[in-house]
Amino acid sequence: MNALSVHAPVLLVATPLLAAFVVPLVAKLGSTVRNAVVGVFTLLTASLAGLVAANVLAGSGAPSVYVFGANPLNLTLPSGMHVPIRILFEVDGMSAFMILITALVAVAATLYSFSYFKEHSGGEMYYPLLFLLLAAIFGMEETGDLFNFFVFLEIAGIAACGLIGFRPWRGRSQEAAFKTMALYTLSGLFVLIALGLLYGQHGGLNIAYLSSRVGAGMLDLVALGLLVVALGTKAGVAPMHMWALDAYGEAPAPISAVLVASSQASLYGLFRVLFTLFGAAVSVAALGWFLIALSVLTLFVGVTMALLQKDIKRLIAYGAVSQIGYMLLGVGVGFTTSGSRPAYGFVAMQGGIFHMVNDAACIGLLFLAAGAVHRASGTRDLNRMGGLGHDMKWTAALFAIGALALAGVPPFNGFSSKLLIYESSFAASPILAAIAILSSILLLAVFMKVFQAAFLGPRLLENVREASRGMLVSMLMLAVVVVVFGLFPGFFVDKLVTPAAKALWLGRDAYVRAVLGG
Amino acid sequence: MRGEMSVIVRTIARITYALILVFGFYVILHGHLTPGGGFQGGAVVASGFALLPVAFGAAAAKRYLNPSLMRHLEEVGSLAFLALGFLGIGISFFYNVLANSGSLFGAAVPFGPNSGILNSAGTLPFMNWAVGLKVMTGLMTIVLVLLIGAGKEGKD
Repeated sequence: MNALSVHAPVLLVATPLLAAFVVPLVAKLGSTVRNAVVGVFTLLTASLAGLVAANVLAGSGAPSVYVFGANPLNLTLPSGMHVPIRILFEVDGMSAFMILITALVAVAATLYSFSYFKEHSGGEMYYPLLFLLLAAIFGMEETGDLFNFFVFLEIAGIAACGLIGFRPWRGRSQEAAFKTMALYTLSGLFVLIALGLLYGQHGGLNIAYLSSRVGAGMLDLVALGLLVVALGTKAGVAPMHMWALDAYGEAPAPISAVLVASSQASLYGLFRVLFTLFGAAVSVAALGWFLIALSVLTLFVGVTMALLQKDIKRLIAYGAVSQIGYMLLGVGVGFTTSGSRPAYGFVAMQGGIFHMVNDAACIGLLFLAAGAVHRASGTRDLNRMGGLGHDMKWTAALFAIGALALAGVPPFNGFSSKLLIYESSFAASPILAAIAILSSILLLAVFMKVFQAAFLGPRLLENVREASRGMLVSMLMLAVVVVVFGLFPGFFVDKLVTPAAKALWLGRDAYVRAVLGG
Repeated sequence: MRGEMSVIVRTIARITYALILVFGFYVILHGHLTPGGGFQGGAVVASGFALLPVAFGAAAAKRYLNPSLMRHLEEVGSLAFLALGFLGIGISFFYNVLANSGSLFGAAVPFGPNSGILNSAGTLPFMNWAVGLKVMTGLMTIVLVLLIGAGKEGKD
């Protein structure tokens, strides 16, 4: 048992990777065996994620190091070296928080896929790609090495593009996959150039080591700019958000939910770069205002464009983009006010980070519900559906929960994190709080429209059947998270969000010390 | 036969085919000593196989190369790599249990400059072979997939 928890960080990446290679082999034995194996591996991965997070949170979010191939396994500087030469994982409170989000979405998406893909063929390629994507996301969240991060970023990008274009008989999904691949590759190259600049100057790519070395020199700042733009693109921050709409809109519904977790992992990378890597090196206020400007633009673009959409999944995709704006707003305000008004800054950080899990749950729920609607009605066009609530009572109720949570209506989880963001961004500038509240109101209007168009009114479509049980159970799982996090926000902020916010906000020194000692 | 190239190309392909394969396997085998390794060697081997459809036409390639066998060998390569990683899990993932153990590839390396000892480095050469198998079969699968449409038009 002890050995398991010691090796849990690496097993968390190795298990989905193993699953990705085993599933095509067992798929020969029929879809029942394949689904059983997929289910077992998903549960195993989720329990490992829980174990990793529990270990870190038991140590109140202090970073723990796992060095590949080292003896003993926390030996970061072998033979009196001053530079960490081995690949290592470094898991702290923020990583643990992200791991839990990914595990939650992974379980819901896999369970949903079992019934969603029942009559589609190609499962022997679908599940391996899904596991590859999950392994890459977990890797991004755990790694303590920038090059390793880049590798996982690329794996996630390739697996994600394969999944977005998974239904090749629909031309638009191919277009979405191609657009996503072009932008992923472009931003991947930006990351690679940034790593080249950093490596050329400092001779290492370990995050802790670099963090102790980077300064405010020209090349370091160029690297920072490239990393911010590239990771912002992968997270879907406006004005680099255009791939996200096609990708979320055209991917199979469970994949849209996992893509949200993947975007959040890129956002986590951005936060890691800003707070841990460059936390001590750059002028905080100017960069913070840049982030705030991006976040306001993201909010504005996401919400206003959502008003115009007629395709239910594309509309939710715009909603997902706007939510990235809230996270960035919280963390940007935290970044800006860290020196001048730390009390507000910390609350803003808590709000931005808490909003990540809330967004993953409610946007994931909405995507899954939209997938059920698409399956039942055969269309995604809001003008052609109507009255689905007569036949799909459960889906309608679950969609309503997700929509209200996304719009920040109490008592659902979106309200609690948005309230933290409103309060603290008011301290930075009242205009920011006004924009954030206005966006929420517009989102409520958007989703009122969707709910009315899809579920209310007279029956327009015949032979509509309720979503299958597996799909309902996975939606219910996310809905329970939405409601429970909304009813007891204090508990989750204390137990999960505060260690994560502290790890980013104050944890830089501990992060560096865990690797370099001293 | 349709899709074949000229006799010059076919003859050169017959000669270079073996040389390319030997060079590719050399790069894999010496991955722990010289530049290159499993990925590069695997790519070289795959390019040798790719001569087959180029010189002799898609139909010949489809007759000799089996895509589903390739795909399964690719998975075996990945599983072997992961298994080698798990070999060291008693100490840490990827720990090199075979280095200096006296077994195959287990010779100790003397301190100081030397001309390279092939029988050293423990699990690393095995990992190179696993990666090499994965890369050569993976790239061959890609080539075979690209060939699916070839030769069906009837105009070449």
